Amino acid sequence: MEGEQLTEQETALYDRQIRVWGADAQRRLSKSHIFVYGMKGTVAEFCKNIVLAGVGSVTLMDDRVVTNEALASNFLIPPDEKVYSGKTLAELCCDSLKEFNPMVHVSVEKAELVTLGQQFFEKFDVVVISSCPPATKILINEKCRKLSKRVAFYTVECRDSCGEIFVDLQNYKYMTKGKTDGPASECELRYSSFQEATSAPWGRLQRRTSKLYFAMRVIESFEEANGRNPGAFSVEDVPAVLQLKRQLCEAQSVSESFVPDTLLERLVIGSIEFPPVCAIIGGILGQEVIKAISGKGDPVKNFFYFDVVDGKGVIEDISSRAPEADSASSKSANIITQVVLE
Amino acid sequence: MASLQQSPAIKGAKVLMVGAGGIGCELLKTLALSGFEDIHIIDMDTIEVSNLNRQFLFRQKHVGQSKAKVARDAVLRFRPHISITSHHANVKDSSFNVDFFKQFNVVLNGLDNLDARRHVNRLCLAAEVPLVESGTTGFLGQVSVHVKGRTDCYECNPKPSPKTYPVCTITSTPSKFVHCIVWAKELLFAKLFGDKNQDNDLNVRSNDSTGSSEQTEDVFERKADESVEHYGRRIYDHVFGYNIEQALSNEETWKNRNKPRPIYSSDVISAELMQQNGSSDKAGSADDPLSVSAMASLGLKNPQDLWSLMDNSRVFFEALKLFFGKREKEIGSLGFDKDDQLAVEFVTAAANIRAASFGIPLHSLFEAKGIAGNIVHAVATTNAIVAGLIVIEAIKVLQKDFDSYRMSYCLEHVTQKMLIMPVQPFEPNKSCCVCSETPLTLEINTNHSKLRDFVEKIVKAKLSMTSPLIMHGSSLLYEVGDDLDEAMIANYSANLEKVLSSLPSPVTSGTMLTVEDLLQEFTCNINIKHREEFDEENEPDGMVLLGWTQVPTKPKDDDDKPHTGNGVSTSKASETDPAVAQADAGVVKINVEAIDASGKKRKGPDSKDISLDPPSNVADEATAANHKKVQQIDEDEEDLVVLDQWDIDTNKKQKLR
Ligand SMILES: [Zn+2]
Repeated sequence: MEGEQLTEQETALYDRQIRVWGADAQRRLSKSHIFVYGMKGTVAEFCKNIVLAGVGSVTLMDDRVVTNEALASNFLIPPDEKVYSGKTLAELCCDSLKEFNPMVHVSVEKAELVTLGQQFFEKFDVVVISSCPPATKILINEKCRKLSKRVAFYTVECRDSCGEIFVDLQNYKYMTKGKTDGPASECELRYSSFQEATSAPWGRLQRRTSKLYFAMRVIESFEEANGRNPGAFSVEDVPAVLQLKRQLCEAQSVSESFVPDTLLERLVIGSIEFPPVCAIIGGILGQEVIKAISGKGDPVKNFFYFDVVDGKGVIEDISSRAPEADSASSKSANIITQVVLE
Repeated sequence: MASLQQSPAIKGAKVLMVGAGGIGCELLKTLALSGFEDIHIIDMDTIEVSNLNRQFLFRQKHVGQSKAKVARDAVLRFRPHISITSHHANVKDSSFNVDFFKQFNVVLNGLDNLDARRHVNRLCLAAEVPLVESGTTGFLGQVSVHVKGRTDCYECNPKPSPKTYPVCTITSTPSKFVHCIVWAKELLFAKLFGDKNQDNDLNVRSNDSTGSSEQTEDVFERKADESVEHYGRRIYDHVFGYNIEQALSNEETWKNRNKPRPIYSSDVISAELMQQNGSSDKAGSADDPLSVSAMASLGLKNPQDLWSLMDNSRVFFEALKLFFGKREKEIGSLGFDKDDQLAVEFVTAAANIRAASFGIPLHSLFEAKGIAGNIVHAVATTNAIVAGLIVIEAIKVLQKDFDSYRMSYCLEHVTQKMLIMPVQPFEPNKSCCVCSETPLTLEINTNHSKLRDFVEKIVKAKLSMTSPLIMHGSSLLYEVGDDLDEAMIANYSANLEKVLSSLPSPVTSGTMLTVEDLLQEFTCNINIKHREEFDEENEPDGMVLLGWTQVPTKPKDDDDKPHTGNGVSTSKASETDPAVAQADAGVVKINVEAIDASGKKRKGPDSKDISLDPPSNVADEATAANHKKVQQIDEDEEDLVVLDQWDIDTNKKQKLR
């Protein structure tokens, strides 16, 4: 990486963002390779952000065809049947993304996600998975974790006016400046896998943990138990989802009020993404991926939630491994080394 | 809420977007996706290459075209059936009057300067249209809702103004690189290439003890038969050598400071090297003056490299030579422009040579350009997030969901577990001179200050009025407009040159002036209070406006690292710089003391105080005394952060719900 400089063209194009994260980070971005599965509105926003930021390449995978839902929140797809017929979501998004930044290589990979071998993921620095069942997410996450190189793994889902991002950076070392302008110190964070993070016993989590965490797990369980595609719901499913919630709460020995019915109803009825939330979640995910590639900035560990109803963008640190203390002290416990540098 | 896309409140709404830049592109896309069908956009700018990294509706082939128009066309490609009307114009144009604003249900701002934000705020107040205001810089962002009578207006709380520096810090005792930039840009560059009749402090201070200013004036004139090389050396030796020697002779100044070192061209660059300095054929074509480059002709490639004193000196001479060789016609009328490569090169080199003289670390052209051009740091992600938040608030406004209006911050560091933090909107500030009728007080020497000074320094610079009218009782002192007859114009121009106390209707201590902007439909009363003396360094305007909600711009010596950016200007030039300061990004920096990142210094779990810096993206420790207080009310299910009013006088706590 050393000795290689940004070209004049790159410096001119990326001027404003180099002023935010520096030329070094920009060089790392331009050498990074990103894999993205599931081209819905939120992921389209995310792809736009990283293509503009100037990553090296983006590989898209999604063999589904255009539906009204896809058209509703994905601005990468032109609503013209002559253009979109016969093409997959990934192909259509690829065509649009290419135009955003000629310096980024955008391509489509056609395959069955679950059949991809471990070595396939070795080519990438970042893997982002969306709109697929939790079992698939666990499978891909495990493949990434087994590689000798560290691949940053993310999942993202947006339902109604709520969104969830999961982050697994495995063992992640970076320089942090914290909030003050003091000397930078080296931090190491230990992340949980998707499986560990989504199977934490509810009773051990704080009462103030984002309700969305629990609600998303209920929704996932429902989809899995009923063999549904992600988001394939209707208002008729509400009673069954609420019934499942009661069972889960009982099994976890927590009160039913742990997961508000109103929230679940919103997620079931409004399974379509709400564009402003796509922009927000896609923006945060873009930022997180840029942080992980550049090694600059404090990354999210390990969930991010946004809900229009309270307007908060909240971070939760959830794992099934260590008992959860309060968030501040658990954070410091995760810092294994803290070397103060000049 | 997804069904909202079909909601009549959204479908039937007519919205005005002001600004089609970083936030604007994201906003237009998100509005269109969210189901809005009637959108107007105003933007006077054209597309530049440095926009393309985040203004994703624009492509290389659009460079030079209207942002409003290209943004419209791009969005219509994925939402062909909605109505988007673009206005390639300045929002301050008189056609965008109160009646124009009245046709909209909500106005959404994605602007980059304070002046335009104030203008839109006043029009929204006058037209009684809700305003959603926004700003970003780097990873920080902010969105707020302003509804007349329900929340504060944009001007209820103080906004930081461009940073100014004492003249003597710039002319004699620079201690930071930014001081050298201000010197190079506002003084040296202006002296050599700008309007010769403009006041300029370049030689005033350093020559206090010697000679008359008339004699030194000649130094900067190129003599009739003088070669550019000779002229360049003479300027160089004068400003970096002779002037420093002169300054050193004043022992008093250097008692507690490091003495600067005079630098002469012969010490740095030999006569032979001077001769072979640069090959102008590589310097770029004279047809495109903005692309002429001393770096190119010297073979310097990377703008991020740190140049040696010798390199800086070579750039200095080469840039001067190219100005005279390729752009001679412009000399005498040039102003600094961050997109003028040669101007940036000259200012960088001159600032670095001065920095070397004063023992201040040198900076790369890339960094110097950012400081000199007040470049706002911008990334696509923050703009996208902020645009999403704007649309959410706009929908609440259209649904008249008053109780859920929120002001939202995008944070760089996690605060109370949040990266996006909503707070309750402020109440109107009862002493706000824009949305209430509280008069201001102006301390001024009524026997010395002319009406012109009042118009320039107060009415235009502070009150941001575009077409003002000044009245004393029923007598008109001044007015701007297209419909004035010649006698009136003559009368007003005569008034401008009169001191206040000798106006036809004399303005003296105790006078109440009424200043009105007809376009903004904004009226403001000003009590005049005569004051004999003003401090030249701290009150350079020679007048002080009291009751105006603006952060006092105490001249101060503290500085920001280049990456945090600066509003750079001398006190004289501050209001004329079109790029104004970073402050214009309109972002508040939140500093949280209650929770330490490592958890070490964390106060008890009940600690709810957060301090908030004044509304500026530039961390400004000097105004720490004016911190907002944030109180978080922790209730069972929901917590909401409530901010106190910034203004100390109205330091009242708001109750939640
Ligand atoms: Zn106000």
